[in-house]
Amino acid sequence: MSETNGTILSVNDLRTYFQTEDGLVKAVDGISFELEKGETLGIVGESGSGKSVTNLSVMRLIPEPPGKIVNGDIIFDGIDVRKLNIDEIRKLRGKRMAMIFQDPMTSLNPFLKISTQLMEVTQLHLGHSKDQAYQHAVDMLRTVGIPAPEKRVDNYPHEFSGGMRQRVMIAMALSCEPELLIADEPTTALDVTIQAQILELIKDLKTQRGTSVIFITHDLGVVAGMTDKIIVMYAGKVFESAPTRELFKNPANPYTKGLLKSVPDPAHEEGKALYQIPGLPPDVAHLPDGCPFAERCDRAEDICTKEFPPFIQINENHHSLCHFAKEVYAESTGGGE
Amino acid sequence: MAENKKVVKGTSLWKDAWKRLLKNKLAVFGMIVIAFMVVAVIIGPPIIYWTTGFTPDYIPSDSKLIKSFPPSLQHPMGTDEAGRDLLSRVLQGGRISLMVGIISTLVSLIVGVSYGAIAGYMGGRIDNVMMRIVDILYAIPYILIVIVLMAAFGGENTPDWIAAISNLFGGGAGLNQIFLLFFALGLVSWLTMARVVRGQILSLKNQEFVLAAQATGVSTMKIIFKHLVPNALGPVIVYATLTIPSVMLTEAFLSFLGIGVQAPYASWGSLCADGIKNIAIYPWQLIFPGVTMALTLFSLNFLGDGIRDALDPQTRKF
Ligand SMILES: Nc1ncnc2c1ncn2[C@@H]1O[C@H](COP(=O)(O)OP(=O)(O)OP(=O)(O)O)[C@@H](O)[C@H]1O
Ligand code: SF4
Ligand SMILES: [Mg+2]
Repeated sequence: MSETNGTILSVNDLRTYFQTEDGLVKAVDGISFELEKGETLGIVGESGSGKSVTNLSVMRLIPEPPGKIVNGDIIFDGIDVRKLNIDEIRKLRGKRMAMIFQDPMTSLNPFLKISTQLMEVTQLHLGHSKDQAYQHAVDMLRTVGIPAPEKRVDNYPHEFSGGMRQRVMIAMALSCEPELLIADEPTTALDVTIQAQILELIKDLKTQRGTSVIFITHDLGVVAGMTDKIIVMYAGKVFESAPTRELFKNPANPYTKGLLKSVPDPAHEEGKALYQIPGLPPDVAHLPDGCPFAERCDRAEDICTKEFPPFIQINENHHSLCHFAKEVYAESTGGGE
Repeated sequence: MAENKKVVKGTSLWKDAWKRLLKNKLAVFGMIVIAFMVVAVIIGPPIIYWTTGFTPDYIPSDSKLIKSFPPSLQHPMGTDEAGRDLLSRVLQGGRISLMVGIISTLVSLIVGVSYGAIAGYMGGRIDNVMMRIVDILYAIPYILIVIVLMAAFGGENTPDWIAAISNLFGGGAGLNQIFLLFFALGLVSWLTMARVVRGQILSLKNQEFVLAAQATGVSTMKIIFKHLVPNALGPVIVYATLTIPSVMLTEAFLSFLGIGVQAPYASWGSLCADGIKNIAIYPWQLIFPGVTMALTLFSLNFLGDGIRDALDPQTRKF
């Protein structure tokens, strides 16, 4: 699937902190990953694990104050994103890297026509005239499967359903043919059937256009069929990173295993309670010294609460942050249990 | 079903609000009165001139006619002490009063919206400083500021740029004074507008569509004025409609005191000031300008309240 013809995005030891009344929140604390051109990366983790902050950092959209990227390299197609001034970064946003958000009901401006919002982007980045931009807006709506786009283009967002609005967001994000598309939980707010349609649409468009995609979700089930590799985040850290198939087949981290167990599988019996990882995600402002997952981990031992776990390499592309990564991996590869 | 049809037809939020406004009897009454007033003050004086020959300043040459006549067919509102037709004077005064209301409100709108929007969007220290300035200005009685401005820049001290604008419309000391009044009143009535807009922007700027707009590379000024200000338009319109009568009332008060509109120009306020001198003997000289002004101010307030109800976010569905 992945034609590796160069790296589009490489993030190295990214740390983004927020100064809050509650103390310093290390929302993202040492995240690294690489995304090849045309590849799709899944970022998975529970609420508050730092998925959004990671990607907002990539687009330099962290509100400052209270937030700040304190460390790390963000290299987008050879460009050091952290060194750009605001005008330079604006020229990348929407043109070469675009983003779609979780809640399509609020991510479109309720007071502007769909056409106005779509036209703004291409007029800004592609230098389109009004007519060109309008035509392009209609074309984009057709591309994302809005019926009768010539008529709907002049509607206001409140005249669209949630699924349709997310299609509009996708149209807007893709209208300048960006090389990188960041989809931040684009289906979480939608019905299951609509979810499947939107996922299908993103999948189709990225294959057609060769767009590299970062797909954020808290549901491993959603990314199974559409990503090349996955990083699992917890408390601002990468807990595990591996190619998708490998991660599903041979997870090497207890947290990943928990997430996998909580994915509803189609054969799941109706009415039977779904597995849930016990406890709540940690308070990132007050993390313990040891493994942040220790309190909730069924495999935790004394060492887990005392020492921060190492990031262990399992094989070339597979890493796991756990004192017992190798053992967990062995268990999942071959009948350890 | 009806709902669905509406959506397909593409009713905008404004159309919905307009429909709600038309259901409000007081607001419709206000709208009709205001429309009538505006038309009357524009076409009234020329019509009276063509039909009777009276102008607002026409003083009869016959010295027997230079006195206060009660209302009659010839002078529906009577005449003033100088024998001038009161109806023409009330209509002519209405022009000035309404213009003071509208233009000063426009000045306050431009200043208040920009100021409030920038403070609200920037947030942090900039917002803090900007709003403390507003607080301080609030603490000074606005009427005092206007009086000081009028005293400092009135008469010979009129700033050149005000005189220049006034010259476009004929110029002269009286007109200079009126233009000064526009700006003085505008400059004291933007404070609340700034607060209203800032509050709106503060509650809007953390919404996802702002982040989404930033993510497309749109500049800060465009986000403020193209994406956020239109969203705050409802309260802005409501507050602007309510600012017009309050500015008009201030103008009347100032003219009443003799520091607002001055002869040869008249406004409803200065007409009332003239009328009150003779209230016991020639009551119509106060009643007609007074009632006309009161009716207009009430109507503007009814309309403002009506617009507020029509745009009420509670009943508005996105
Ligand atoms: N503007 C901000 N100010 C203060 N703290 C913030 C801010 N934005 C994010 N955080 C903190 O950063 C942490 C990570 O947030 P983030 O939004 O990245 O989580 P997430 O993984 O995207 O979760 P979700 O699945 O809920 O979207 C959270 O603890 C959050 O409280
Ligand atoms: S380090 Fe310990 S607590 Fe953390 S995931 Fe591994 S086993 Fe669980
Ligand atoms: Mg998020």
